[in-house]
Amino acid sequence: MTRRFLLGPGFGRALWMTPLWGAIGFGIVVLCRWGGGWHPLLLSEPLILVAGLVAAPVGFLGGIGAFDYWTNYVLGKPTPEHEDHSGHGAKSWKDYFRVNTDHKVIGVQYLVTTMIFFIIGGMLAMLIRAQLAKPQSTYFGPHTYNALFSVHASLMIFLFIIPAFAGLANFVVPLMLGAADMAFPRLNALSFWLLPIAGLMMLSSFFVGAFAGGWTGYAPLNSTHEGIGAIFFNQGVQWAGASSIMTALNFLVTIITMRAPGMTFWRMPLLVWANFTTSLLVVVATPFIAGSQFFSMFDHVMHTAFFTPVGGGYPLGYQHIFWFYSHPAVYIMMLPGFGIMSEVIAVFSRKPVFGYRLMALSLMAIVVLGFSVWAHHMFTSGMSSWLRVPMMITTLLIAVPTGIKIFSWLATIWGGKLHLKTPMLFALGFLSMFVIGGLSGVMLGAVPIDQHVTDTYFIVAHIHYVLFGGSVFTIFAGIYYWFPKMTGRMYDERLGKLHFWLTFVGFNLTFFPMHILGTEGMARRIAYYPSRFAGLNMFISLASFGLGASVLVFLYNMITSWRFGEIAPANPWRAMTLEWLVSSPPPTFNFDEIPQVVGSPYEYGVVGAQHAILAPSRAPELEEVPV
Amino acid sequence: MRRGSIVALLGIGLVAGGVATAVALIPTWLPVDASRQAGRIDFVFWFVIAICIALFAVVVAVIVYSVLRFRAAPDDLEDGPPVHGHTGLEITWTAIPFVLVTAIAIVSGIVLSQNDAQGADTLRVNVQAQQFEFTFSYPSAGNATSPVLRLPVNRSVEFDMRSLDVIHAFFVPQFREQEDIVPGLVTHLHITPDRIGTYPFICNELCGLGHSLMRTEVIVMPDKAFNRWLAQQKAGTT
Repeated sequence: MTRRFLLGPGFGRALWMTPLWGAIGFGIVVLCRWGGGWHPLLLSEPLILVAGLVAAPVGFLGGIGAFDYWTNYVLGKPTPEHEDHSGHGAKSWKDYFRVNTDHKVIGVQYLVTTMIFFIIGGMLAMLIRAQLAKPQSTYFGPHTYNALFSVHASLMIFLFIIPAFAGLANFVVPLMLGAADMAFPRLNALSFWLLPIAGLMMLSSFFVGAFAGGWTGYAPLNSTHEGIGAIFFNQGVQWAGASSIMTALNFLVTIITMRAPGMTFWRMPLLVWANFTTSLLVVVATPFIAGSQFFSMFDHVMHTAFFTPVGGGYPLGYQHIFWFYSHPAVYIMMLPGFGIMSEVIAVFSRKPVFGYRLMALSLMAIVVLGFSVWAHHMFTSGMSSWLRVPMMITTLLIAVPTGIKIFSWLATIWGGKLHLKTPMLFALGFLSMFVIGGLSGVMLGAVPIDQHVTDTYFIVAHIHYVLFGGSVFTIFAGIYYWFPKMTGRMYDERLGKLHFWLTFVGFNLTFFPMHILGTEGMARRIAYYPSRFAGLNMFISLASFGLGASVLVFLYNMITSWRFGEIAPANPWRAMTLEWLVSSPPPTFNFDEIPQVVGSPYEYGVVGAQHAILAPSRAPELEEVPV
Repeated sequence: MRRGSIVALLGIGLVAGGVATAVALIPTWLPVDASRQAGRIDFVFWFVIAICIALFAVVVAVIVYSVLRFRAAPDDLEDGPPVHGHTGLEITWTAIPFVLVTAIAIVSGIVLSQNDAQGADTLRVNVQAQQFEFTFSYPSAGNATSPVLRLPVNRSVEFDMRSLDVIHAFFVPQFREQEDIVPGLVTHLHITPDRIGTYPFICNELCGLGHSLMRTEVIVMPDKAFNRWLAQQKAGTT
């Protein structure tokens, strides 16, 4: 028993493999430094970097068993799990705490993990607002304050929004395609297990003097003037980025090669389209942030001079590389939500998605245009001034495909039969909030306006309208919508609605006034501010605590419904896409027989229309459940 | 569409637009403008805000009207009409935003080129930033330095900005324009102050521990008073 615990894949083995690999990394650095004639132990940065941030996580991954199959295969040992599927599916809750190759288990692992980071990130936000309730608070010193907003943003972006979408898509996309799993299940498991590493790295930086250069980590501040916490950020981003790239490759191959017979590209649900386009963005863009963080880290640890002018470096180079990823990243955080919206709005309006092909094409247009707008984050950065006008034009143009999507959703709702269940409420909330975020985005796209409001609270308001009013609302919509499919139980509708209204009101009270603070000239990222901004800031802080409390309703609803909720039928929403044609939760290999796709996924109101046919004897009875 | 629904839709749109307009007009959004560039930037600001209010009103009107009018009873299992699209509508809502953003781009481009144009008799001022203070120096007065920025009213000023360590930024909300100050580069900003007064001068790029407190003032003064001050500084340096 003990022997299996210590040598079999799992946390027991990780417990000793993590420090062992850490020690090996430590030893390598000491040897290299000793051999090179330096004092082997004097400089802590390279030791912590290599031992703690590179080698130990590899040991952890090996310990829990993420590499077992590949290692055995390479060594010529038997790999029984390939035949007996022992690493696949969940029979008890314990199966969620091991390396599991079932996309449905991984989807749930992703969602639970990201929710934990969402809650931690939210608590950091509460601390930020506590400090800002008064102009000259002394709750936190300037370094701690800078660290709070830096870690808050990094967790929310890299450990919540991006991977939460990956989690939802992990669960849903193979089902929607009529596939048994993702194309590379073991790679899928590995990409999940990289996430907790990235998250713990960003959080544990608090113990060594957290990184405080903002989530943008601008050089040379973050590369040479900050403490050791900065390399925790550099390296945390690498693990999260690697996870995203692997997942995106997996989605691309799955979507291209594993569609059920009859599932042409023009019959794919828009959620699949959305994840296809998102994955294209991730695969092309994410290596750029990896590069920017490596160079920044080399400047810090090895005293190269990529971004420091002393030595010939170019500080704006960092920003160009960083934003070449981080602007597409905005769409990486938006497009999957667009996909969720199309599903939810069509189902709860009982109408086909209006202008399906244009909806798919506008996603592609956003992907292409999305790569040509990065320098709008740099209008006042000191970059070549001629670059401003072309970047302004592309930035404003990207409003056109986004507008097409908004108007098409409105047209989908128009004349439908609206059922205002919780996912639909979040969808309508998203439509109205994202329009505000989009319009303030158009304002920021106009260079003269940006010159005034950039780096003020107007930006803070804008990104929260886009990423909270946009992405987070769609994540909530998606979680409520697929909750019955994931857990086999219904969530509590009354609590869901209460959660929506608390979130909607709390969100607007918190973030709308920030627009005013910004245009009046309150800078972002400051721990102390002039007293003339005191009134609004106190108001915002109080509202933000209310917004924070609304998450408790959500958590209570999720936990109790998962355990005690009403048993969910196969298709509680009377939806047409494939995931609703199998039981809730779906069988381990999704479909007993490969479904045959015969039509569009959104033929609501068309008599006799079907999206797909399952073998008649195996199809579950389609219960008539009032929606 | 029935006549009644058009009236209802318009009504909701007008209410939404009215509320948004009130939100735009009642609080003080922008600080006083104290430079020629500021007036033009404010024009772009309100121009775009007007477009935004119109679009916002349309979206809210459709959502609110749909929720009121098209809500189905819980036991209503019917589907809506199977409308798949409408080419004319789709072209319209591609074309109208295209025209609007083009208009915004043109207006912005014109304002940008006007704001960047230097007047005759430009005063040059050097700005040096370092963690966590600004130093201003005046080449026309033997590089006399000052920790507070003093400028003459109604004269075009060109700032040549350098940083000794990390990236900082020049931000005076009343002037509207800002620009980063980047180590290894000389960045430029062009402003013509046109209102006498004292305004905050803020570092607006996160620059480390003291960032929140890296502030000074800009004092815009009458031409004569400025020249007198400058002459005193020059005398002080030589």
